[in-house]
Amino acid sequence: MTTGAPLVAPGQGRGLLDVLDRRFLLRLIVRKELRVRYRGSVLGMAWSYVKPATQFAVFFVAMGLFLRLGDQIEDYAVYLFSGIVVINFFGEGFGNATRSIVWNAPLVRKIYLPRELFPVASIYVSAVHFFPQLVVLLVGTVIAGWRPSAAELAAGVLGLVIIATLALGLGLLAGAINVFYRDAENFVDLIVMVATWASPILYSWEMVRDTLPGWLFTVYQLNPITAAVELFHYCFWFPATSRTAEMPPNLWMWGFVGLGISVAVVFLGQSAFRRLEGRFAQEL
Amino acid sequence: MTTSIEISHVQKRFTLRHNRSLKELAVALVRGKDLSDTFLALDDVSLTVQEGETVALLGFNGSGKSTLLKLISGVLQPDSGTIGTRGRVAGLIEVGAGFHPDLTGRENVLLNGAILGMSEKQVQQRFDDIVAFSEIEKFIDTEVKFYSSGMFLRLAFAVAVHSDPEVFLIDEILAVGDEPFQRKCLDRVRQLRDEGRTLVIVSHDLDMVADLCDRGVLLEKGVVIADGESHSVVEKMRQG
Ligand SMILES: Nc1ncnc2c1ncn2[C@@H]1O[C@H](COP(=O)(O)OP(=O)(O)O)[C@@H](O)[C@H]1O
Ligand SMILES: [Mg+2]
Repeated sequence: MTTGAPLVAPGQGRGLLDVLDRRFLLRLIVRKELRVRYRGSVLGMAWSYVKPATQFAVFFVAMGLFLRLGDQIEDYAVYLFSGIVVINFFGEGFGNATRSIVWNAPLVRKIYLPRELFPVASIYVSAVHFFPQLVVLLVGTVIAGWRPSAAELAAGVLGLVIIATLALGLGLLAGAINVFYRDAENFVDLIVMVATWASPILYSWEMVRDTLPGWLFTVYQLNPITAAVELFHYCFWFPATSRTAEMPPNLWMWGFVGLGISVAVVFLGQSAFRRLEGRFAQEL
Repeated sequence: MTTSIEISHVQKRFTLRHNRSLKELAVALVRGKDLSDTFLALDDVSLTVQEGETVALLGFNGSGKSTLLKLISGVLQPDSGTIGTRGRVAGLIEVGAGFHPDLTGRENVLLNGAILGMSEKQVQQRFDDIVAFSEIEKFIDTEVKFYSSGMFLRLAFAVAVHSDPEVFLIDEILAVGDEPFQRKCLDRVRQLRDEGRTLVIVSHDLDMVADLCDRGVLLEKGVVIADGESHSVVEKMRQG
């Protein structure tokens, strides 16, 4: 019946590659997460609009009107919202991936399956929440007069890929650590909060360039989230403006640097995850 | 003959007490104290199971039976020694481990089937058989949290026996449901046995497993102390 198949050591899969083989299971886990998230909730998925809408309103009034950023940045509402959707996608994906192993403790403890499925599913779920926000953003930018070129559209795709990759890599790392020290999830909340301010979401990159010393500005640009936010501006905001604003120099180069860093983070996260994975079941 | 499961010199140690807070860690570090007590759950266990063999894993509570099954299924990793398995292993370490109370019976069948390694097509093909076996047709679109524990167990067992594994690990779950359903489960397990699948079964019903299995392996405090014909090993266990 099985003659010919080799003896294999159980529980030692190929990590993320196994997730590719188990797409059916991945889809079901994503569906389960979405279902469980909204159990007993009247508004259901609508909640994924409420948070960004509130953030947008608060920031628009405080930053755009009170601090008068709206006078300096053309179509500030579109500018602001294209950054907000990026950081929300990142924050939700990273945060939920970090908690995903602990949340699925009953499964991890009793059945072997590629555990990378859980962080990957978290990123998927946050993508599901991201898309309605993207639709809102599109409506807004079209009203503002959006006329993107092919290259500008491609920038949006690159930005999205950077964020998904980075959130997955960091989520694998933090998710594995969280099994042993629940401090990880609080730490991650802090990182997400700082990330909102450490990338040009509410303000423009020129303000950073004019304030920080050169080397620190380079560090700022090395942040893959900064790259992704600027790519999103280039895709969704810039083509809706009079195209007179100054985009950061070497936008594409920084985009690919950001992608490279994010991919490196995935490798780092995966290797840490695999090192710790053997002890997940007994620690949970 | 082909080897189905090969366990050689496996040792598994658990940490019993955790110092999880930073303060405790710091105190322990300063005083140079060992951070945790450990417990040897399995000690130098070696065991080879041939394809088609049926093994009753025997031993009192805490002797390491579940730990051994978890090692075979890959949920746990050994601290030393090696384990090899051939073919797809389905571990029923606990009935309904992959079930989620907020999903309906139908959704849980899909999810659990996928967890146990079935493809989408396989689950769909076997769906009606699974539901028929569990005898809960009427409730299949009801959320599982409204099931009685017997219904829940029946559905979970039905999915597992239809997942078509080459190696089937069963931990104390042959006592599920009422008597007619238990008989049905046992019939199904016998059928799997007669099809030549490899079975490793843990059960508190010693006479039942002795009849069901050819071979018995007795664990005591993590050490294999007897291995032989199932009835004689059960006899040995009873004599203490
Ligand atoms: N994750 C764990 N952490 C610490 N100790 C454990 C863990 N799992 C099992 N043990 C201990 O290992 C021993 C063997 O457990 P188990 O294999 O469940 O025994 P059995 O199934 O034979 O009753 C028990 O003393 C149990 O307390
Ligand atoms: Mg047990």
